[in-house]
Amino acid sequence: MHILKSREMILTGAIVVLMGLVATRFPGFIAPHNLVAVFNDTSPLILLAIGQMIVILTKCIDLSVAANLALTGMVCAMINVAAPGVPVPIIIAIAVGLGAILGAFNGILVWKLDIPPIVVTLGTMTIFRGVIFLISDGKWVNSHEMSPAFKAFPRADFLSLPMLSWIAILMTVIFFVLMTRTTLGRSFYAVGGNPHAAVYTGIDVGKSQFWAFTLSGALAGLVGYLWVSRYAVAYVDIALGFELDVVAACVIGGIAISGGIGSIGGAVLGALFLGVIKNALPVVNISPFWQMAISGSAIIIAIAVNTRAGRTKGRIILKNAEAAQ
Amino acid sequence: MQRTSSTDAPVLRLDRITKTFPGVKALDQVQLGLYPGQVTALIGENGAGKSTLVKILTGIYQPDGGAIYVGDDPVSFPTAQDAAAHGITAIHQETVLFDDLTVAENIFLGHAPKTKWGLIDTKAQTRRAKDILQSIGAEIDPGAYLRDLGIASKHLVAISRALSIDAQVVIMDEPTAALSHKEIHELYDLVEQLKAQGKAILFISHKFDEIFRIADRYIVFRDGQFVADGKIADINESALVKMMVGRSVDQVFPKRESLLGTEVLQVVGYDHPTEFEGINFRLHRGEILGFYGLVGAGRSEFMQSLFGITKPSKGVTKVDGKITVIRSPAAAVEAGIVYVPEDRGLQGAIRPMPIFQNVSLASLRRTSKNGFIRLAEEFALAREYTQRLDLRAASLDTPVGNLSGGNQQKVVIAKWLATQPKVIILDEPTKGIDIGSKAAVHEFMAELAAQGLAVIMVSSEIPEVLGMSDRVIVMREGRIAAEVSGDDMTPETLVRHAAGIAEA
Repeated sequence: MHILKSREMILTGAIVVLMGLVATRFPGFIAPHNLVAVFNDTSPLILLAIGQMIVILTKCIDLSVAANLALTGMVCAMINVAAPGVPVPIIIAIAVGLGAILGAFNGILVWKLDIPPIVVTLGTMTIFRGVIFLISDGKWVNSHEMSPAFKAFPRADFLSLPMLSWIAILMTVIFFVLMTRTTLGRSFYAVGGNPHAAVYTGIDVGKSQFWAFTLSGALAGLVGYLWVSRYAVAYVDIALGFELDVVAACVIGGIAISGGIGSIGGAVLGALFLGVIKNALPVVNISPFWQMAISGSAIIIAIAVNTRAGRTKGRIILKNAEAAQ
Repeated sequence: MQRTSSTDAPVLRLDRITKTFPGVKALDQVQLGLYPGQVTALIGENGAGKSTLVKILTGIYQPDGGAIYVGDDPVSFPTAQDAAAHGITAIHQETVLFDDLTVAENIFLGHAPKTKWGLIDTKAQTRRAKDILQSIGAEIDPGAYLRDLGIASKHLVAISRALSIDAQVVIMDEPTAALSHKEIHELYDLVEQLKAQGKAILFISHKFDEIFRIADRYIVFRDGQFVADGKIADINESALVKMMVGRSVDQVFPKRESLLGTEVLQVVGYDHPTEFEGINFRLHRGEILGFYGLVGAGRSEFMQSLFGITKPSKGVTKVDGKITVIRSPAAAVEAGIVYVPEDRGLQGAIRPMPIFQNVSLASLRRTSKNGFIRLAEEFALAREYTQRLDLRAASLDTPVGNLSGGNQQKVVIAKWLATQPKVIILDEPTKGIDIGSKAAVHEFMAELAAQGLAVIMVSSEIPEVLGMSDRVIVMREGRIAAEVSGDDMTPETLVRHAAGIAEA
């Protein structure tokens, strides 16, 4: 708990320092409206990182989130084209539901057939993209085909924040409660921390992993609608490769790839850190190639810091060390 | 038994070897001699020091005192390679080979024949592997992958590996524990061949029939000390059993008055297709029921099935007289049965999790409502049980992984007690812990029983079984070999039933 808290503090500090550095070159970067824009821009990443964090916590990985997002987004766009009268809340419910079903499909394969998660989600990632092609015939759904209400929702301002940002904040709160205050959240930590011990305490490891995938899928589905409506376009390749950003955000946020360690705060901060880098580098005129190299270095540095923190701690064996803690 | 190739000069000799671990003297000035062309059986209970001895002979542990001689030369084995270089090789219970390499690669790993370019000469390797396999009459394709072989064939590969480095001393550590009847006989034939080739063999076994079948000499250890050695021809089973168990009881067990309460658990006709058969017993409140048997007798397997991890093909569990269906560990915990597994490091605590969450993990049903955890109740529960076990930690927020081993164990036990169980199954509760901690666990077990809990203790240590249990069930080869209580509870009876030796 203490380590995690300090890790979150380090990350917050890093984000602040980063923004300060950018501000020396380009003061407008830290103007309130720009910070809101950066946060809003990072919201999809935050939502997906929350889902991915739960999956990673249970010693799994979900590489299909971006494809899930693209498929759900396409389905939402096509429903909107076919029946422009369907209200947005229904569309959102469909997006979350479909995303959850796609995630549950991953979960079932991991739980019941015992296939390694990386293989399962690598497969479903390709399948989902293929399905988009099949249902859309490879055609785009463009802005002019979508209804105004469909496109307006994520941009709608509420207390001077767009709905997209509000949804990211709302989900952060909901999932914080889920992870810290519910038996389901506790079982994710137990399964990742020590699967053998979890079995003996009566926790079904496979079932917990199934729920992790389902939650991750539901969030991906939600982002699917938000993404398509925000950018007002849907096609086969949207968010291509975005799953790697999502995993990177988790890793930067201190979620242990070996499972059992991590927090919602970490996932959100990890996503924000990546979001700030991605938004700041173009502002200070760094070429796109360097941007990738810098993002990549941030990931490696984050992992190095995490491993070191774990290594230097040592165990508490001495009585006075115990007391001093 | 005819011994044509035997000589009186040992090829390997240990003199006053001592090895101490924190809190335990694993070996105390032991001696051992291995003779070419002879099989020496090393006999002793669990904890007698056999494994430590094997590890010293193979360069994994360094002795604290004493000397090792190969022929007349004093030697030392700082690494496993040094032991191999002196012609010593070990074949372990669970063979340490590589599933994803071929038979030939396994045999020559680390000393493969090379071409003049420094690459592995696979042709020569396959050819030589074939020769060696043929020489021991093993019909195994050198190109086959090890994962496709049965345990017996894997043993043959291990033995071929030993021959490929021209081993003079072959250590076999319970090689037959996982073999079928037919495979055991093939192994015996092989041992005869190795003898004929003049190898010195150290054979570790708990099975008296096989000791008398293949060994030429015996050596008995007890509590890390040398007891006796000699020729098998000059001794009988009962004398060996006496040497093995006859003890200077320096372990003190808590005095208990067994006040048996009502019956809490009845197990009727538990069968499993491959692991155990016909398990029936009753258990009462306040009782400690010991389960004794050799490693692999099916005790843990049965307990796991009782706890709902594996499913028996047949069997009825009655808790408090009511038939209770246990299909999952969750159902077992619900029914009041908890299982503290053998390896607490691997199966007990969730190390990254804080203490309080570990303690409440199996009791979340009580500390939550509609799936939401009530933190105040969770903390209260954790505080109550950690205090009862006198757990020293500054904060219940500390991750369990930061605690010392003993305190981690307390967290695990607190977790189980917090479920308010009726029956607690302790699987090898004191394995690998020092004497002081052992006494604490024994004390604690007595306390649990005094509070009316029914305790099932699976243990392979005879003094512990006899010192703690009201009644002992001995298992052998997946069945209940005997149920002993009162004056029948002697070391000899337990060993006899566990090893399947008829009454003398």
